[in-house]
Amino acid sequence: MNFTLKIWRQQNRTSKGKFIEYQAINISPDMSFLEMLDAVNRDLTKKSEDNIAFDHDCREGICGSCGLFINGRAHGPQRGVTTCELRMRHFVDGTTITVEPWRSRAFPVIKDLVVDRTAFERIIQAGGYVSVDTGSAPEASSIPVPKANADEAMDAAACIGCGACAAACKNSSPMLFLSAKVSQFALLPQGNAERRIRVQQMVKQMDEDGFGLCSNTYACEVECPKKISVVHIARMNREFLRAKFL
Amino acid sequence: MALNSKIPEGPIQQKWDNHKFNMKLVNAANKRKYSVIVVGTGLAGASAAASLAELGYNVISMCYHESPRRAHSIAAQGGINAPKNYKNDGDSIWRLFYDTVKGGDYRAREANVYRLAQVSGNIIDQCVAQGVPFGREYGGLLDNRSFGGAQVSRTFYARGQTGQQLLLGAYSALSRQIKKGSVKFFGRREMLDLVLIDGQARGVVARNLETGTLESFAADAVILATGGYGNVFYLATLAKYSNGTAIWKAHKKGAFFGNPCFTQIHPTCIPLSSDYQSKLTLMSESLRNDGRIWVPKKQGDKRNPKDIPEEERDYYLERMYPSFGNLVPRDVASRRAKEMCDKGFGVGSTGLAVYLDFADTIKRNGKEWVEEKYGNLFDMYHEITAENAYETPMRIYPAVHYTMGGLWVDYNLMTTIPGLYTIGEANFSDHGANRLGASALMQGLADGYFIIPYTIGDYLASAKFTKVKTDDAMFKESEKNINANINKLLSIKGKQTVDEIHKKLGKVMYDYCGMARNLAGLKKALEIIPQLRKEFYEDVMVPGSADNFNPELEKALRAADYFEIAELMVTDAIHREESCGGHLREEYQTEDGEAKRNDDKFSYVSAWEYKGNGMNWELHKEPLTFENVKQATRSYK
Repeated sequence: MNFTLKIWRQQNRTSKGKFIEYQAINISPDMSFLEMLDAVNRDLTKKSEDNIAFDHDCREGICGSCGLFINGRAHGPQRGVTTCELRMRHFVDGTTITVEPWRSRAFPVIKDLVVDRTAFERIIQAGGYVSVDTGSAPEASSIPVPKANADEAMDAAACIGCGACAAACKNSSPMLFLSAKVSQFALLPQGNAERRIRVQQMVKQMDEDGFGLCSNTYACEVECPKKISVVHIARMNREFLRAKFL
Repeated sequence: MALNSKIPEGPIQQKWDNHKFNMKLVNAANKRKYSVIVVGTGLAGASAAASLAELGYNVISMCYHESPRRAHSIAAQGGINAPKNYKNDGDSIWRLFYDTVKGGDYRAREANVYRLAQVSGNIIDQCVAQGVPFGREYGGLLDNRSFGGAQVSRTFYARGQTGQQLLLGAYSALSRQIKKGSVKFFGRREMLDLVLIDGQARGVVARNLETGTLESFAADAVILATGGYGNVFYLATLAKYSNGTAIWKAHKKGAFFGNPCFTQIHPTCIPLSSDYQSKLTLMSESLRNDGRIWVPKKQGDKRNPKDIPEEERDYYLERMYPSFGNLVPRDVASRRAKEMCDKGFGVGSTGLAVYLDFADTIKRNGKEWVEEKYGNLFDMYHEITAENAYETPMRIYPAVHYTMGGLWVDYNLMTTIPGLYTIGEANFSDHGANRLGASALMQGLADGYFIIPYTIGDYLASAKFTKVKTDDAMFKESEKNINANINKLLSIKGKQTVDEIHKKLGKVMYDYCGMARNLAGLKKALEIIPQLRKEFYEDVMVPGSADNFNPELEKALRAADYFEIAELMVTDAIHREESCGGHLREEYQTEDGEAKRNDDKFSYVSAWEYKGNGMNWELHKEPLTFENVKQATRSYK
């Protein structure tokens, strides 16, 4: 397969970026999208040109490092996969593929396709935990959790923090990410003690970092590589109102 | 220098308790006067950094990712062991201890393994309290499953994402301390050197991966939690950035390297399909609970697996090991798979694969049952291979997955450099020559949550410290050397990419220092590796510059170390004239192909001291004594 790539190149945080065209030649349909970029980078290296920078690491869809906007879709056209899992067999031979970094005011570009997602760190630091010092935990079986709740908490906890939700949202809202954490703890007895303060602080931090609010377009759910449901946003809103008024 | 493992006196059940009582304490008010650097934020690093900060120490934490949550512990699938005996099937601390010593083929230190088994229950308590959503029964209590190398069900799991959930637990504890200001976190920093002052580990120099600037960090002690060096093999289940640089720099500054040749090759990975492939993907070992491994009885049988009738299939693990069957330890399963393929029974287009078949389980329990348990793994398999494993058996083949070897540490997890600790996969300590499934997560968290917070206090309370600042000469000299090295790599301007030369090294390691090794092959590897190293320094092309984000330069710096680590691995493999665990020397095996140990000569940890002047080492030996588990031939039949 052969492709023309239009890739966003930007030297650093302050420089102005632009799209540059590259050719990806002799691409196997079984290659992952990142392996295709590896091949393009190999050709650049041979010409002593600076490589196209992109974040990646585990290459099996769990570390949350990779995240590219491909033809206007976060993580490309397939549902439920990250960019590193996406295979070239899902593209039409001979077409042009546009590749951009996540676009969100809260995720500044570091270089080319690499963005700074430390805003997500600050949201977790604001309250995405149960305050339990090492050594102070009770015996594990003393905290029973109904299986349905444990399963739903696990659905939420599967979030990999890639940022696709905020990048896909026209308001740049990270509510799917935030709600996944709030919902996980709302479903478990362990999260109960800090229930009110957690949701309030995390939402406050989200606002401070310049993210937008949710307007229920569900774009995040469509693009989430872990298929996390917007039901968690509804639960977060309930938690938020409960914390404010009850 | 003589090795002192510092194993406490007394019966094995009391060693850790006695030791905890005998160690010096730093009183609560004084803890804030001490600072500790923790490099790496996987299970071991994140849990250590959080726990030390909770105690009151000033902690500096760093990793090369933007976020601690992206460390490769996140990719562990199967589970974590603890002998809670919730299944009422006869489990106990002693049994976990016994299984782990036996599973490691009697090349691990008994006292460490016992302590690991002892604290493993606390880990589950801690993680549950953090809100880790472990799998549960309908009554609301925790579920367990069985795993390779054990006959009891002691493995706790969170679907196929246990590592992710445990890491997010440790990460949440770390995030809480970062918010409080007791941990200062530095993301996108890669440690490139260890700084010693008066013989003590007092700091590190790291490269800011975004700006390229070198930054020095000073402290009273340094903890390396930087994972394994399996990427020496190029193709491995490790993340692309996982590397051996931090421990290697420490090794070259005086930390001994323990059992470097002990590598784990995991039996259930998706086979290699072509040469552009950048990594191998693991399928959780838990699949072996419900999948049956087989090959056709006829060599070179290219029929569709569905067309091969039951009587023409060889379920070779069930045939050879009737009592453990498909649940034999990893080293055994891997070695047998390779043997089957070498003999021509392999399947798939390359012939380098065996079948892992779920047809019987689906018939017995239904597709939904399998889907609930392993759905994410089947999806992953489908995305990579475009095959539906509910309908046709998976193809699997072994791949490098874990390194049991690592920096040598004493019972306190301190290396041979005072003040330098190494925890998690980066040290050599608990798994001997083969690690059992669901034990890596256990060890990482045991070291970080429950061991290092005690043992480091003893050191801080006893050692004398001079005042150290990052503009001291030793830091400046280290920065100068790193800069010189970076400039050297950038100026070569050769014809090959880093990956191209690294791949050649990987092939040499798979061929001669992989699942089966022999003297002739190892000697050949020892000839080729220095040539490849020379080739690297003469012909590598590193584009771009040092003053900004440059992943190719990062790769080159890591690969440069692999060409050296590989040489030590091979040197160790040559010297160990026996077979044990993952180290199978073809010259030393029983008639039916099992590893043949030589306990009289090799019942020790090899600890290699770097001697400088190129690649020179001196071998030290830490004798292993087995007072509680009798050394016997490992049998899973």
